[in-house]
Amino acid sequence: MKHKSLGEWMQTLGSMIGLLLIIIILSVMSDNFLSLGNILNVLRQVSINALIAFGMTFVILTGGIDLSVGSVLALAGALTAGMLASGMDPVLAVLIGLIAGALMGAFNGLIITKGKVAPFIATLATMTIFRGLTLVYTDGRPVTGLSDSFFFEMIGKGYLFGIPFPVILMGAAFIILVFILRKTTFGRKVYAIGGNESASILSGIKSDRVKIWVYSLTGMLSALAGIILTSRLNSAQPNAGFTYELDAIAAVVLGGTSLSGGRGWLVGTLVGALIIGVLNNGLNLLNVSSFYQQVVKGGVILLAVLLDRKKSA
Amino acid sequence: MEQSIIRIEGIKKSFGPVEVLKGVDFDLRTGEVHALMGENGAGKSTLIKVLTGIHPRNSGEIYIRGESKTYTNPKQAEKDGIAVIHQELNIIPTLTVAQNMFLGKELKYGRTGILRSKEMKQKTIEYLDKLGVYIDPDQEAGELSVGKQQMIEIARAIATDAEVLIMDEPTAALTDKEIEALFKVIDSLKKQGVGIVYISHRMEEIFKICDRITVLRDGEYVETRDASTTDLNEIVKMMVGRDLGEQFPHRVRSEGEVLLQVKDISAPGYFENISFDVARGEILGVAGLMGAGRTEIMESLFGARKFKGGEVRLDGNPLKIKHPADAINKGIGLITEDRKGKGLVLNQTIRENMALTNLPHVSQNKIIQKKREQELVDRLMKRLNVKATGPEQTVGSLSGGNQQKVVIGKWLGIQPKLLILDEPTRGVDIGSKKEIYHIMNELTSFGVAIIMISSELPEVLGMSDRILVIHEGKVGALLNRDEADQEKIMHAATGGE
Ligand SMILES: Nc1ncnc2c1ncn2[C@@H]1O[C@H](COP(=O)(O)OP(=O)(O)OP(=O)(O)O)[C@@H](O)[C@H]1O
Ligand SMILES: [Mg+2]
Repeated sequence: MKHKSLGEWMQTLGSMIGLLLIIIILSVMSDNFLSLGNILNVLRQVSINALIAFGMTFVILTGGIDLSVGSVLALAGALTAGMLASGMDPVLAVLIGLIAGALMGAFNGLIITKGKVAPFIATLATMTIFRGLTLVYTDGRPVTGLSDSFFFEMIGKGYLFGIPFPVILMGAAFIILVFILRKTTFGRKVYAIGGNESASILSGIKSDRVKIWVYSLTGMLSALAGIILTSRLNSAQPNAGFTYELDAIAAVVLGGTSLSGGRGWLVGTLVGALIIGVLNNGLNLLNVSSFYQQVVKGGVILLAVLLDRKKSA
Repeated sequence: MEQSIIRIEGIKKSFGPVEVLKGVDFDLRTGEVHALMGENGAGKSTLIKVLTGIHPRNSGEIYIRGESKTYTNPKQAEKDGIAVIHQELNIIPTLTVAQNMFLGKELKYGRTGILRSKEMKQKTIEYLDKLGVYIDPDQEAGELSVGKQQMIEIARAIATDAEVLIMDEPTAALTDKEIEALFKVIDSLKKQGVGIVYISHRMEEIFKICDRITVLRDGEYVETRDASTTDLNEIVKMMVGRDLGEQFPHRVRSEGEVLLQVKDISAPGYFENISFDVARGEILGVAGLMGAGRTEIMESLFGARKFKGGEVRLDGNPLKIKHPADAINKGIGLITEDRKGKGLVLNQTIRENMALTNLPHVSQNKIIQKKREQELVDRLMKRLNVKATGPEQTVGSLSGGNQQKVVIGKWLGIQPKLLILDEPTRGVDIGSKKEIYHIMNELTSFGVAIIMISSELPEVLGMSDRILVIHEGKVGALLNRDEADQEKIMHAATGGE
């Protein structure tokens, strides 16, 4: 892995320097920025996008894309909230919520592989379907009156050793997923499929099956993000997760993962998610209007990607 | 005395710390065919790429018609009348044959940008006809066999009316019939004064068409000779630095029981009622013309394509294969003819590519065991004599022949019962060819059954125990080694023309 990971570090170098620069600038401009409280706050905000973006990294590595993550987040969050409101055991409700997300992802995967629909189109359709189902299920109103169980409160609002629980979830997911991608045969297959699918199939890799798993994983991670959000807000919003797919894709791309598949890594995605999170937070602290925030965010993404292209060319 | 169109002096080129060309001289005269020879990784393709401005050089001089030149991109070389057929095909699979043929030089109505499609299709047919093939100009190029794609590349280069034509292994994917036609074209170009640089590992071709031969070894310039004053053995000795002896190693026939029985399988449009069998320890050679359906038959057996009817048995038991993974589980390996498209993940390393077919072997509970992987890769690289900076070199940056060795290595690792090799020595140098033959013999002595598709008749005759000849998707003949010769095979392959 020696040569290769060196290359990966280089790929992400631009983003890392960018992240550092942004942090330095923001800490000079705002006294609050580098306070422990704010750092933990940023990390907590980042965790939701990061979890989705981790899944998105797998999808993009296989050469696909998943636009439905925001809708999966909303539907899984609403379902979980609904179950909790009806008095179901919170552990069970969360488990079912996660499985529901995985099944939505599996549905994406099935349409893409067995139905041979391009991932962009397939998930564009399911994005609308899942959002529609959320509206149907919630009747367009927030789902409230959830359980006040310690377990469910912990997920979105709790702390462990002073660290927000969502951040711990993000960290755990990161470690597990990095392990899967680097050390397991599954990870190898993900890269190979993105690099050359025909060659992978002829090498005995059941690419359809791998892809279905990858979309399921992304569905489950999106559901986890949805459950965290629901717990944080103590309610499920029908329009939760709207346009989250864009932030997730941006994080992946900022991290140096190639949109054509086969090349990239999760460390980069984490850096990408941090850039987006830090920017959001910093611009808020500086009282930049939310309209301008969008312009700055887009500009930074463009700049980072352009710098990366220059370097690798 | 002919005039030199191209003169190259003391070219040096390094990739990172590795020096690939160490001071190479070369010159090309008008109206000559000049062979550039050397083992896999000797630097032949790199020299061409440096000449045409794809890679910058570190030092040395290039003169075109006596004028010092440094191209920074291949378009400039093209403008100076240098056309190149690269070793790796540059066909865009989603474009049609005609679109590929005129890529970047589309015929238009004046400066309008409106395409003269009909004329381009017509011309495409004409150009291909010169090479003796017909390919529908509206067909998507990606659906064509590697051989046909190669013909498009050749036709495209010839159509430019260049003064210099550089061909990097143009015949690797072709069968005798197309090669024959190509040589006729080369002959007439020569008479028109075109200078031709010809790179090939098919030795018999070199002496058939070349006037002079330049040999490279490990990036060093060795010598330039008139073809008439040297012979094959001497050239090989210059290439590898020692005598190689007989090209085909002695083969002891050691047949066991029948392993694979194929009965009456068909795939409409590709092949029909194919029946044959292979025994343990046997090498079944499969000959035929380009497009006869040989590759399709083998891909079907391997689960990479669908076929209808008939029956396939392995060890007497019906064989149900839906996916290449099933075939691999049953101990069947397929070395594809299309190494770039179907054989390799080009942006991955040698290690990752070789491990891909061997994931169960190099892992435990689905977790990759680094040491096991490293051992496997080291063993395979040594056995196949892969020339690279190490197992971490990206496969895409290997020389063509070394890429082929990596493909073969992938499949030796699975310890197959039945190994199907589709053009296994394509682009492989003479020494390594012999290594591959040795490995095939060794495998059969352990009872492995081998099916070898090959378009090189000497190879088919030299290595096979029996020879299956396919003609237009049907079995044309099944010959025993002692009754087979080139004429009989060609007779059956052309349907008795
Ligand atoms: N882009 C590259 N980066 C690094 N090394 C390279 C690159 N291109 C070629 N090489 C190395 O340069 C050497 C010469 O390669 P080249 O392709 O010129 O060989 P060749 O003589 O054409 O061999 P073959 O007969 O197999 O086609 C090889 O060792 C190869 O690994
Ligand atoms: Mg070459």
